[in-house]
Parts: sequence; C-alpha cells; structure tokens
Amino acid sequence: MKILIVDDFSTMRRIIKNLLRDLGFTNTHEADDGSTALPMLKSGDFDFLVTDWNMPGMSGIDLLKEVRADGKLASLPVLMVTAEAKRDQIIEAAQAGVNGYVVKPFTAQVLKEKIDKIFERVEG
Amino acid sequence: MQHSGPLHEDENFMSQLQDCANQLVEKLQSDNYDEASELIHQLVEARNNHIFKSVGQLTRALHNAIMNFHVDANLDADPPNINNSEIRDASDRLHYVIEMTQAAADKTMDKVEAVAPIAMNLGLESANLKDEWQKLRRREMTKEEFKALYERIDDFLEQMGDGTAVLNTNLQEIILEQGYQDLTGQVLKKVIGLISDVEKELVNLMRIAGQVEEVTGLASASKTPVTENTNKRDSAAEGPQIHADKRADVVSGQDEVDDLLSSLGF
Repeated sequence: MKILIVDDFSTMRRIIKNLLRDLGFTNTHEADDGSTALPMLKSGDFDFLVTDWNMPGMSGIDLLKEVRADGKLASLPVLMVTAEAKRDQIIEAAQAGVNGYVVKPFTAQVLKEKIDKIFERVEG
Repeated sequence: MQHSGPLHEDENFMSQLQDCANQLVEKLQSDNYDEASELIHQLVEARNNHIFKSVGQLTRALHNAIMNFHVDANLDADPPNINNSEIRDASDRLHYVIEMTQAAADKTMDKVEAVAPIAMNLGLESANLKDEWQKLRRREMTKEEFKALYERIDDFLEQMGDGTAVLNTNLQEIILEQGYQDLTGQVLKKVIGLISDVEKELVNLMRIAGQVEEVTGLASASKTPVTENTNKRDSAAEGPQIHADKRADVVSGQDEVDDLLSSLGF
C-alpha cells in the first residue's frame, strides 16, 4: 500500500507517518501542498491519499477536486485530516467526493477507524 | 491624549455659530446687508479655523500613534518603505513561535522514535522469557535448554538496565522540551498586548476623525454600517477554530463530523 501524506507542517506529516507505521503502513511519501502532491499522484501509482485542507499554493479541497476530475486518479481513496471544522466545509468536501474526514486534533484511534472504514468500503 | 480639549472647543464653536446666526437674522431683517455679509465672513472664518484645528489634532494623533509603534519608515518612497516597526517586530516574534513549536515537536518525536524500539524489544524478550520460565516451572526443560535460559536471563537483565536508563533519559528530555510552552506563551502575550494597543489607537483616531467630519458636515462614518465580507468562499480555510463550542456553523469534534457525514449518506 503506497500512501501520500500532504500537509504544509512537517510535524503533522511526521505524526501521521508514525501513526500509519503503527497501523502497518510503511510505504509513505510526503508533499507539502496540493501543487507538489498532484504531479506525484499523477506519476506515482499511489493507493491512498491523506491530505490537509489549509495549505499555501494548492489547498486540500482543490487537490481533491483535481483528483476526482482526473480519469486515472478519480477512484483514489482520499482521507482529509484538517483543522477546518465548519459544517459548510465538511459538506463541500463530501460533495467533492472525499472518503473520510478527520478533524484535528485527532487520536490514533480515530485515524485507524476512518482508514479501516475507507478500505472496508473500497474492498467491499 | 486630551479628551476634554476638542469637546470644549466644539462647544465654543457651536455657541459662536448660534450667536452669529441670530445676529445674521437680525441684520437681514433690518436690511443691514453690509454688516450681514461681514457676519457671514466671520462665520466662514470660524468654521475654517475649527476645521484646521481638528485636522491638526488628527494629524498629531496619527503621528503619535506611528511614534508609539516605533514605525521607522521612509514615507517618501511609494509605496512607503517600512524599515522597522513594532508590527514588523511582532511578525518576527510570531515566526519565532512557529520555529520553536516546530523544533520542540521534532525533538520530542526524535526522542520517542529513538526509544520506541528499545521498549518494543524489551517487551518481546520478556514475553519469550515468560514462556521459557513457564516451561521451567512445569519441569519440562532439558538441561541444555536450562543453560540457554540461564544465559538469556543474564543478557535480558543487562538489556533491561541499559534500556530503562535510555528510556528515563529520553523521558526527562521530553519533559524539559515542554519548556517551549512557557517561552512561546510569553512571546504571544507580548503580541496580544501590541494588538490591543493598536486597537486603542485606531479607536482614538476614529474618534478624532469623527469630530472633523461633524464640523465639515460630511456624513459620519458610523452611519454607514460595517458590512461583513459575505462574498467569502465557504471553502476558504480558516485554520483551527478557537470558539468552536460557541458557533453554530462549526462542528466541535469528530463525533459531530461523523454525524454530519452520516446524515449525508456516508
């Protein structure tokens, strides 16, 4: 399982990377915003995308929209991990086709639950 | 800042206006046009003087505000070139907070990552030894196996001693690392102080500007309602919510996110 973690704060990327490693996912890669993540996704056969919302350059919601609009990437599972907590934003992310939404600060338990749920649905 | 001065002057100016107006009416009614036009001239002069004074006050207050924030700027350049100011200093301080919190988070994670394998190995080895120990207690162990266990316990005790020493050192260092909270907290308090000073100066400037508008007969700014920027996109990121529990349009935790998503069919 090849996973791309997109967040502008290296600390948060590292936390997510550590949590994913604990869950048994060791093949993780990092990008610091949507515009660096998108070319990586397009060329890199990733199986899963974890992205923040608020980033300089291309935001997470725009990255999500780009992914869903790309024929090759359209079905890539996307988990949003963000401090953005407005109802309108969560609805917008849902409408843009996000597979899971985790608000920061979060626990290892919540992240695991959401990831398990996404893969249950993808495989099922 | 003198609050009584301008108001007092305002009262003077108003009573001067009223006196002049009354006299003007009298002169006009008694067809005394020469003196009437002299009065009109006086009126205009008084009004102009008052405007000059008010603008002078506004300029001085603005100057003071700029001096108070130690703005060192080249105002001849367009746009003005700001070399240094308390606001600039505050930005530097906030960048320092970001750097410090990042360094503290990195160091803490370094320490944890360094000792996590030690804790894991000690756990694994103790589980293995426990199995062997049970075997020994059930007297199912051969002499050779016992000899091996004997040596393994020796090794394990040594590993245990070394490992817990490293664990303790790192845990202590992690605690020390939390000192960033104190340091960044002090910096943030200074910046908060500066922001409330800026607010006070702005309110003061608005008050003086309001007096200028009053005498010149311009519309008061307070009559034009402050319109909120309603064009703001919903998807514009806001960062962490400080008062999530007080806002209806914001969720206050993962449970509410889950509820909202399941109501959308997730």
